[in-house]
Amino acid sequence: MAEPILKAIGVNKSFGSVVALSSISFELNAGEVMGLVGDNGAGKSTFIKVLSGVHRRDGGDIIFKGKHIDFKSPKEAMDAGIETVYQDLALAPQLPIYANMFLGREIMKKGILGKLGVVDKDAMRKEVKERLARIKSHLNHVDQLVGTLSGGQRQAVAITRAIGWGKDVVIMDEPTAALGVKESRQVLDLIKDIKAHGVSVIFISHTIPHVMEVTDKIHVLRLGESVAHLNTKDTTYEEVVQYITGSKC
Amino acid sequence: MFNEIKEKSKLSRIINELWIVFVFLAIYLIFVILEPLCFSLPFWSSTFNYMSEVLILAVGVMFVVITGGIDLSIGPVEGCVNVLAALAIKALVPSLGAGIAIACGVLIALLTGALIGLINALVITKLKLAPFIATLGMSVILTGLGYVFCNGLEVVGLPNEISAIGTYQLFGFIGTTTLVAFLVCGVFGIILRTTRFGVHTYAYGSNAESTKRVGIDSTKHLIRVYMLCSVLAALAGMTLVFRFKTGSPIAGQNVTLYAIAACVIGGTSVMGGTGKMTGTLIGSLIISILVTGLVMLGVQTYWQQVATGLIIIFAVYSDQLRRRRDITV
Repeated sequence: MAEPILKAIGVNKSFGSVVALSSISFELNAGEVMGLVGDNGAGKSTFIKVLSGVHRRDGGDIIFKGKHIDFKSPKEAMDAGIETVYQDLALAPQLPIYANMFLGREIMKKGILGKLGVVDKDAMRKEVKERLARIKSHLNHVDQLVGTLSGGQRQAVAITRAIGWGKDVVIMDEPTAALGVKESRQVLDLIKDIKAHGVSVIFISHTIPHVMEVTDKIHVLRLGESVAHLNTKDTTYEEVVQYITGSKC
Repeated sequence: MFNEIKEKSKLSRIINELWIVFVFLAIYLIFVILEPLCFSLPFWSSTFNYMSEVLILAVGVMFVVITGGIDLSIGPVEGCVNVLAALAIKALVPSLGAGIAIACGVLIALLTGALIGLINALVITKLKLAPFIATLGMSVILTGLGYVFCNGLEVVGLPNEISAIGTYQLFGFIGTTTLVAFLVCGVFGIILRTTRFGVHTYAYGSNAESTKRVGIDSTKHLIRVYMLCSVLAALAGMTLVFRFKTGSPIAGQNVTLYAIAACVIGGTSVMGGTGKMTGTLIGSLIISILVTGLVMLGVQTYWQQVATGLIIIFAVYSDQLRRRRDITV
């Protein structure tokens, strides 16, 4: 079997005397979707912040694409190939879709104009159109302002932006939490789509039915510890909840 | 469905952009009807002349306002560099000759502007003061310094070359400072529209967090924006030296708020994230035409302030209405 793309071995993290994470381990393969579940305070957010370079771990090891990694900033994690879509999305509502997708990574015009800082809007529009088509998104008008989009559409923009950079791993923090039924459906379909393109996803959610639907495996955290590694197809809704609440260990 | 959304927003966007032009034309039309002499080149020449100062300031402060900030020190920057540059020119003329002395004066003014902008930005980004407070403090400091440098007396006795440059008219009606103002407006309009610097300016104002998350150095960006604003304010201050051949610490009094008003009338949101250079140009035109128009009509010019105030409230109110309809942040 191929090496896992991302592997955590006994990761620890404390804030002062508070132990936030204690010996967290998991393996994530290419094109796999892993659900990360747990009650509030279980350590989900801390853990993804360690993975995405916001926090640095105190101990343990993380191996990404065969290399030992220790990100000092979110930028380093992004450059290495780990993107995180946070709950608040961090989009600029007054900018069009294409500008949001390329924010911070603008395509510059060729030659002297590019050197002067002129961006190539047409190239960006074209690229964004292709990307949206690839994941069968319903967003066709790349000039539409993000502020005019619905919650699900914004989520789609944020996710497409994350996967648009040839990324290997996308971490999604509660992508369906604030969405209606129909919009959640769009996002879940999007996750299946990007999985089909070989991107690995870590899916954090409190909505267990969504986790059951899109994931291959489920990692349960409780009070900062790994309590269960489950194969989604071999487990049940009830079992996952029992692990989360601690009635099963 | 998405087609509908787009068509609607496109149409309303066109109306948004044009309605302020109609306001401007309506005001002009009223002036022409009441005083036909307003329909003449000299009228426009003096309107443009007056406008050059407001426009240059407005272009600079617009970048700041788009980031969601504000710069209240632009007027006092004018007064301060006005005095500094005039003193420098006067001191240098005997040894270097008028031409080089004037060039040095302009350079000193722009460098002083850059330094003031840098300090503003550092106070905002490092000491974490609100832009309003930081630049309010700076404006009081600069007003004081302006008087200190010249002992409260206007700096006179500048070389005649100054007014030769300041009163030169291209084609007989476009003054030097007008030319500079339009050039500044055009160049920075293009920069705002087409460059990465422009995109990041909008993005920061729209959602500062969004720029940080994607790894943009927002501190560096704000430093550049505030420096740009103050350098243009210094340039505006220099246009006054050329026009009036004096260095005066009261130069730039009152004009800060006119410049901000010009942006706001032109559709730049004080909440940040939006604004167009064409809007700022029209906003500056409206403010300026009110002055020259009311003078032509023989109305006390203080009414211009009353009219400008009314237009600001009217413009921002209608802008809010449209924004609420279009975008949910």
